[in-house]
Amino acid sequence: MLGWAVLAIALAVLPLLLPGTFYIGIATHVLVYALLALSLNILIGYGGMTSLGHAVYLGVPAYACAWLMLHAGLSALPAAIGAVAIGTLTAGAFGVLALRATGLGFLMITLALGQIVWGVAYRWVALTGGDNGLRLPSRPHPFGIDLAEPTPFYWFVAAVFFVVLICLRHLARSPFGACLRGTRDQPRRMRMLGHNVWAIRWAAFVLSGFWGSVAGLMYVYDNGFVSPQTLALPQSAEALLMVVLGGAGTLAGPVVGAIIITLVKTVASSYVERWYSLLGAIFIIVVIFMPEGLVPGTHRIWRRITRPRLAERRAA
Amino acid sequence: MQFWLIQTLNSLALGGLLFLLSSGFSLIFGLLRIPNLAHGALFMLGAYLGATVLAQDLPFWLAVLVAGLVVGLGGVVVERLLLRRLAGNEQGQVLVTLGIAFILADLCLLAWGGDPIPLAAPSGMRRPLLLFGFAFPTYRLAVLVLALIVALLLYLLMERTRLGAMIRAGVDDREMARATGIRVSYLFGCVFFLGAALAGIGGVIGGPILSAYPGLDADMLPLALIVVILGGVGSLLGALVGSFIVGFLYNFGTAFFPDFAYVVLFLPMVLALGFKPEGLFGRVRT
Repeated sequence: MLGWAVLAIALAVLPLLLPGTFYIGIATHVLVYALLALSLNILIGYGGMTSLGHAVYLGVPAYACAWLMLHAGLSALPAAIGAVAIGTLTAGAFGVLALRATGLGFLMITLALGQIVWGVAYRWVALTGGDNGLRLPSRPHPFGIDLAEPTPFYWFVAAVFFVVLICLRHLARSPFGACLRGTRDQPRRMRMLGHNVWAIRWAAFVLSGFWGSVAGLMYVYDNGFVSPQTLALPQSAEALLMVVLGGAGTLAGPVVGAIIITLVKTVASSYVERWYSLLGAIFIIVVIFMPEGLVPGTHRIWRRITRPRLAERRAA
Repeated sequence: MQFWLIQTLNSLALGGLLFLLSSGFSLIFGLLRIPNLAHGALFMLGAYLGATVLAQDLPFWLAVLVAGLVVGLGGVVVERLLLRRLAGNEQGQVLVTLGIAFILADLCLLAWGGDPIPLAAPSGMRRPLLLFGFAFPTYRLAVLVLALIVALLLYLLMERTRLGAMIRAGVDDREMARATGIRVSYLFGCVFFLGAALAGIGGVIGGPILSAYPGLDADMLPLALIVVILGGVGSLLGALVGSFIVGFLYNFGTAFFPDFAYVVLFLPMVLALGFKPEGLFGRVRT
């Protein structure tokens, strides 16, 4: 309980400590990507299903929200609900297809589906505006609060982030979370115990798509704009890298991964144009040297440092 | 009539190109059990290397040879230095191939710039071939014939040689093959060379049709994935049939519904996954 209070206060006072709106903007980006990484972590960390098509749930609701507000003339709230619903329904349909396979087949299908959605966004100019993308008319005004300025918008995203974090912690500790980890580690035993392994995995896929859609909604509010780039493979790969870098299957891991990747990207892109080389290199380094991720990895190194001392003390 | 003939030939030529790409992908997947996500980038690297060789006024066959050798050897280096360290960690291996794909794509952009580079077809094949009163693009016919020759050679390699028998044994049961004294890790190197070289060769052969441009890798990789999902993992026949199905659907889809070319590709994948998840000719479920 104390930890959560500290986190809430830290999130709330952060913009007051940052030197300018530029940095508050970066903090908002970090939170949006942390939401995306947290949603992908449901699949990868708890479900053991590596998806390379998670950009779909960032891009589809973002497009849906912009389209509903621009062309269907909806106001912010119905557009937001519609966008999340469309994103979640997409996850429901794609989950049925991707779960025809497990392991690497699952990865290939999610990748192919992601590329198809990207191709549609790129080519179906009448709906998506093609390469130019869609522009969001304006950020919402929940309860009459104007979110156009960076600081109020940061607080809005931070509040959403905090709520999602609490929900995901409950999810991880719920009986459903236990079942999902069971299907990851021992699918046969779970089947023998009478659980419907396929249904548990599909539900996890839909949940992941739902929370991913929430991230997608925040994404389009944050950027005010969505283009096929949002749906492209590098976006899915970045999300996967955030989870793997921070540590899959932990709550803090994806957040740490999102902070590091977003900061590296922001800093690197102002110095070098070769961000993708750096992304690829981080991928290879993480996989070879810290396959379990930073959060569990640091924990392991910390224990290795502290344990010998314990042993010495015992010997003395 | 001319429209249908030309579109059919274009589809067959695209199918042939896809076979060069996806047969290597399928071979690597079959033996090493990893989808090589750098395969599209290897195809693009081949196209760029071919463009550079052709720019020196060297013959087309030399460009094919150079691209095949360089990309193939690059594949062996990656397999030896990176993938072998991660033996048994299949997810890690996939992530490494993805990292390599990003690095390769970025380095190609650095080396060759952002503008598309067209590759000239061999000098003898630039004029259309007149047959039965119709004009056929000679080069596309040649691509189709070449793809069929490669398919035949691969078939002979896999079914009629000792190396092929060892690869098949490794695909069916890696542990058992090891136990009978086959050096499976040496086969990994051979197959990675072969698969990567086929991708590089495919890039040069495809150059005069597609030209070399940034993003070629991201355009080709999903096509290869769909071919393999459709045809079945590790099956040459599956890769051949899948390539031509995807070639036809993509080409006619682009001609009739330019906005929906990718949706048209989506349908066969849905059908295959719905009714035959192991693919048309696959023996193992992915």
